[in-house]
Amino acid sequence: MPIASLDTTAKKGVAAVQDYSLLSARALGNLFRRPFYYADLVNQADLIGVGSLPIVILTGFFLGGALALQSSATLSQFGAAAFTGQLVSFSMIKEIGPVITALMVSGRNASGMASELGSMVVTEQIDAMRALGTDPLKKLVMPRIVSTIVMLFFLTILSDAVGILGGGCVAVFMLGQDASQYLHNAYQSLRFADIAQGLIKPLIFGFVLSTIGCYYGMNTRGGTQGVGRATTQAVVVSSVLIIASDFIIIRLMIGLFGR
Amino acid sequence: MTVAEMLAEKPANEVYPDAPAIRFENVSIGFDGKSVLEDISFEVKRGETRILLGPAGVGKSVLLKLANGLIKPDSGKIFVFGFEVSAMREQDLYKLRDIIGTVFQEGALFDSLTVRDNVGYRLTDEHVPEAEITERVTEALRFVELEHTLDKLPSQLSGGMRRRVAIARAIITKPSLLLYDSPTGGLDPITSTTIIELVVKQRDVYKTSALLVTHRLQDAFTMVSHQFNKETNSMEPLPDHQNDPKTSFLVLHQCRLVFDGSTHDLVASDDPFIKEYLS
Ligand SMILES: Nc1ncnc2c1ncn2[C@@H]1O[C@H](COP(=O)(O)OP(=O)(O)OP(=O)(O)O)[C@@H](O)[C@H]1O
Ligand SMILES: [Mg+2]
Repeated sequence: MPIASLDTTAKKGVAAVQDYSLLSARALGNLFRRPFYYADLVNQADLIGVGSLPIVILTGFFLGGALALQSSATLSQFGAAAFTGQLVSFSMIKEIGPVITALMVSGRNASGMASELGSMVVTEQIDAMRALGTDPLKKLVMPRIVSTIVMLFFLTILSDAVGILGGGCVAVFMLGQDASQYLHNAYQSLRFADIAQGLIKPLIFGFVLSTIGCYYGMNTRGGTQGVGRATTQAVVVSSVLIIASDFIIIRLMIGLFGR
Repeated sequence: MTVAEMLAEKPANEVYPDAPAIRFENVSIGFDGKSVLEDISFEVKRGETRILLGPAGVGKSVLLKLANGLIKPDSGKIFVFGFEVSAMREQDLYKLRDIIGTVFQEGALFDSLTVRDNVGYRLTDEHVPEAEITERVTEALRFVELEHTLDKLPSQLSGGMRRRVAIARAIITKPSLLLYDSPTGGLDPITSTTIIELVVKQRDVYKTSALLVTHRLQDAFTMVSHQFNKETNSMEPLPDHQNDPKTSFLVLHQCRLVFDGSTHDLVASDDPFIKEYLS
């Protein structure tokens, strides 16, 4: 019996991965096929991008500040408190900015996508849309994926900048460091590889969180309870995948650029 | 010629002029190992209205979704206007569905769109000018006597009104085939009669082929025994207790089609299940 259930579990897993890949591929394949739902794209971009601004700015600022406090304490032990700027900008741009922004947007929008699409599934609105001749992958899923990728890219840049600013505020006003030294330090040490890593991550995270959100939404089963389950799973799975893919990207970048 | 090219050339109902509106050939489907429909075969000829009866949970809604290509059968073939929907690509199905109107059991209106945008959904998709959409939506809503609800959201309507909006959405593009899933389910007798009148109007005025699911036998018999009078714009009984020859019955019971025939044969049937169902 356990062997048999192991067997069906494995099959279910494979089927889920297959469905997920098909959904992503078909949604993106629609990018170049008419009709193009421009209005839906703009609407989603507004919802995801503009809607996430406050939370991204606030978390970015305070994380930058926290980083400055933590690192200056450690650095001053070695008499290297002057390198606070470098540490903050490094961590923000390569790691914290992309990951935290993606996690925040995932909490806000992967859940939103799963619950919105899930409710449409259980109330047969998705079936109705198909019956009316519209491909929901084109009208609902594609705009969400594209606008998440684009918006997360810019939100991450913003978060990085605000984080460095937050670190700067802490360094100058609380730790009594020199502002120009901090800033000089912050950008002098950055290399192409660091920037590239920081900009590639949001593209991949945006894809992951939007496709996971849409996948769980479109595959909702079992009424309102199912919608709740889909929402939770979307956030959990997308968060885990964001962090796991972060690790893989870092490993690849080290292999590629040596840092 | 591929299916896509054929559909691009002319309306889907003209590609195979001799094919019936719907044809099921030995269709079976099950969910999670449990069989729901077994070996179902029947036809809906053009211009015909077929009423599908059966107890709750027997698979009537599943059958309508199969006819629309929303789900695929486990075995068997399904043809709509000669196109094999059970083997078509999703993109081609979207094109074929241009000539099919569907009324879902719970209406399935888009709850974030107004009544106008719901009813005019297809027209918006086809980039019809806004003024024309409003005009045609108002006309379709007048057909279901709801033209005053244009700017309301579905949540602001009653169940019967939602059902009528769903009908307006299905008929606005004058489809050649209508699939109604329990259009009168859970409604009071007066609203039900209004809806049945709409269905009869669609049948007698526009000669649309239709497959209609219902739980209410009295509605089914009203449809059979009445016709639509264009002069008075109302439904009236057929003279001399006649039955409409273009309206006939299908009965599902325990996964199978247990009856396929005219009203007369249905009433005269000596199948014990049908006798009990009708009593
Ligand atoms: N997507 C699905 N997944 C699993 N089972 C399903 C699905 N759709 C339908 N079923 C099952 O198929 C059977 C028939 O369902 P269906 O909705 O067609 O019944 P029905 O005849 O329309 O009933 P009612 O008269 O109450 O509307 C039910 O047992 C239902 O559990
Ligand atoms: Mg049903």
